[in-house]
Amino acid sequence: MPTPPAKGGSPRPPEPILLGMYRSIYATRQFELKCIELYRQGLIRGYLHPYIGQEAVAAGACAALNPADYIVSTHRGHGHCISKGADLKLMMAEIMGKATGYCRGHGGSMHISDKRVNNLGANGIVGAGIPIATGAGMGIKVRGTDQVVVVFFSDGASNNGVFAESLNLAGIYGLPVVYLLENNHYAVSTPIECATGCCDLAGRGPAYGIPGICVDGNDALAVYREAAAAVARARRGQGPTLIEAKTYRHGGHHVNDPGLYMDPAVLAEWKARDPLLRTRRAIDDDARSAEIEAQVDAELEAAVAFATNSPEPSVDAFLAGIEDR
Amino acid sequence: MIEMMYREALRRAIDEEMQRDPLVFLMGETIAERGGSYKVTEGLWRKYGPQRVIDTPIAEASFTGMAVGAALVGCRPVIEILFIDFAMLAMDQIVNQAAKYDFISGGQGTVPMVVRTQGGAGNGLAAQHSQSLEALFYHIPGLKVVMPSTPQDAYGLLKAAIRDEHPVVFIEHKLLYMTKGPVSEEETVIPLGRADIKRSGTDVTLVTYSHMTLKCLEAAALLESEGISVEVVDLRTLSPLDKDTVLSSARKTGRVIIVHEAVKRGGIGGDIAAMLMEEAYDDLDGPVLRIAGRNTPIPYNLNIEKACVPSVADIVEGVLRMV
Ligand SMILES: Cc1ncc(C[n+]2csc(CCOP(=O)(O)OP(=O)(O)O)c2C)c(N)n1
Ligand SMILES: [Mg+2]
Repeated sequence: MPTPPAKGGSPRPPEPILLGMYRSIYATRQFELKCIELYRQGLIRGYLHPYIGQEAVAAGACAALNPADYIVSTHRGHGHCISKGADLKLMMAEIMGKATGYCRGHGGSMHISDKRVNNLGANGIVGAGIPIATGAGMGIKVRGTDQVVVVFFSDGASNNGVFAESLNLAGIYGLPVVYLLENNHYAVSTPIECATGCCDLAGRGPAYGIPGICVDGNDALAVYREAAAAVARARRGQGPTLIEAKTYRHGGHHVNDPGLYMDPAVLAEWKARDPLLRTRRAIDDDARSAEIEAQVDAELEAAVAFATNSPEPSVDAFLAGIEDR
Repeated sequence: MIEMMYREALRRAIDEEMQRDPLVFLMGETIAERGGSYKVTEGLWRKYGPQRVIDTPIAEASFTGMAVGAALVGCRPVIEILFIDFAMLAMDQIVNQAAKYDFISGGQGTVPMVVRTQGGAGNGLAAQHSQSLEALFYHIPGLKVVMPSTPQDAYGLLKAAIRDEHPVVFIEHKLLYMTKGPVSEEETVIPLGRADIKRSGTDVTLVTYSHMTLKCLEAAALLESEGISVEVVDLRTLSPLDKDTVLSSARKTGRVIIVHEAVKRGGIGGDIAAMLMEEAYDDLDGPVLRIAGRNTPIPYNLNIEKACVPSVADIVEGVLRMV
């Protein structure tokens, strides 16, 4: 049976972990708000899927990782990227399509990867990261290191065939992979209840012989605790874990989706459990949280300035480089 | 004629076919109550109910396979794969199953299904949401491939595709959904496999399809003011290919350029060029040219994205080089 979310308060993690998680959450929130603003100004194009409301999942999971551990991300990937230690300048430049961005302006919001911190990348194909992460786990096993992979994906992806195949494969080979299912209850506008006959998504782990754990995804401390335990098991060679983190988007599927299909009362309940406010409350030290916020604000301002002042990719250089592709 | 958007014309075709044949049903992601991301199926869920307008989870491989199965037991499923890029997840069912069943069963059953999907660059959606992958399907015996450029063609060809006994990959273009054009008031079915001369001319033939048809027509209008008469052949259906129309236009003008958005390497253009060499070599005044997408994944940045896809200026320049 999957473990239900822990009742009551979560035990406090070490102070640097707690502050680090708050930094990730606050930075992601502000980054997303800035992206939405820039999108409205026409400075960002294409698809933009804000992570607002889900920040505690990435922050908690990444806090349980070493720099050498890998993550694999999704189309809603800014929070994963930031929590794994991305440079906001390079992220913002990429999302604004600049030559100085992580992917030289080739990728945009849906395709950021960051080799420096072992973020194997976001993905425009729902579910595609799940087997890639499973393979990274196999690669780790072949190389014989003690690294771990955390793969983020959401409820929609969990109904794709690659999820079932990957869990089965990871179970057979005992791969060091943590499958972090961010159940934000929607795939675009489709509620999870309409997309599966059994909404106990954590329960799919035991079906493949691997632990399935359910956690409150708006509680960074709880996510951290479960992720740390799963990561420790994976590092010890005890195989994969499925963690279902229950959470909710604070808006529509993407920046242009007003999310009118979302029940305002339910949304209000989730907003009342805002991961940002909860983590700030857990720190319970206004001076320290304000200090983090000021640092992030300055960093974000510098990132926007850097991206704004960066050049567009050169068309001639781009065309000159493609013929051997 | 009535003025209609491309997506409205598609909707009308589906609506009429659903009305006419209770075995036609729809499956896809958020196509029901929400009416699809590009709003093609809007209103149909309300009209025909959840039995015939079905939302699926994100399970392209399996719902495509379900369409094959439903077709084998007598239904006419029309599925929507939101981006042609995602059709790659369903390739086994399209290529190994739907396209083969009639043949490998020795004609015991056909697979009358339509895969509606959508491709093309232009909206900053980057490398996994902007591809033009028609050549992959064109390559497969047993599949029909349709790529309409106008609301009228979208309407008439989708009706024919739904009535067809064989699997049809019906590829729309994301930049066409909001384009408008006249559509016949009376019910019209446009048979698959017939090209349409969208503009007649005598100096150069442009063979094209889908969104590039609009660019070719623009180029042809510009060239007219320079005294060059351009014929624009819109293939409409890539498979079956209307060789007769292409060949007779080539024989008339003696000069042919094939224009498509998909990358040049391994594209439809190469195949048509080879066909012209084999069948009309003596009637040509010079080599056949291809103006096509650059051999690269589509980038996100606006300027370099634009540079990957043929522009009106590229087409004009290509024609000027030829005459
Ligand atoms: C294979 C595939 N099918 C469909 C889509 C279109 N699409 C983009 S995001 C999305 C919803 C994904 O839902 P979920 O996995 O729950 O992720 P969330 O958006 O909630 O983060 C869909 C259907 C896609 N990108 N890839
Ligand atoms: Mg979701």
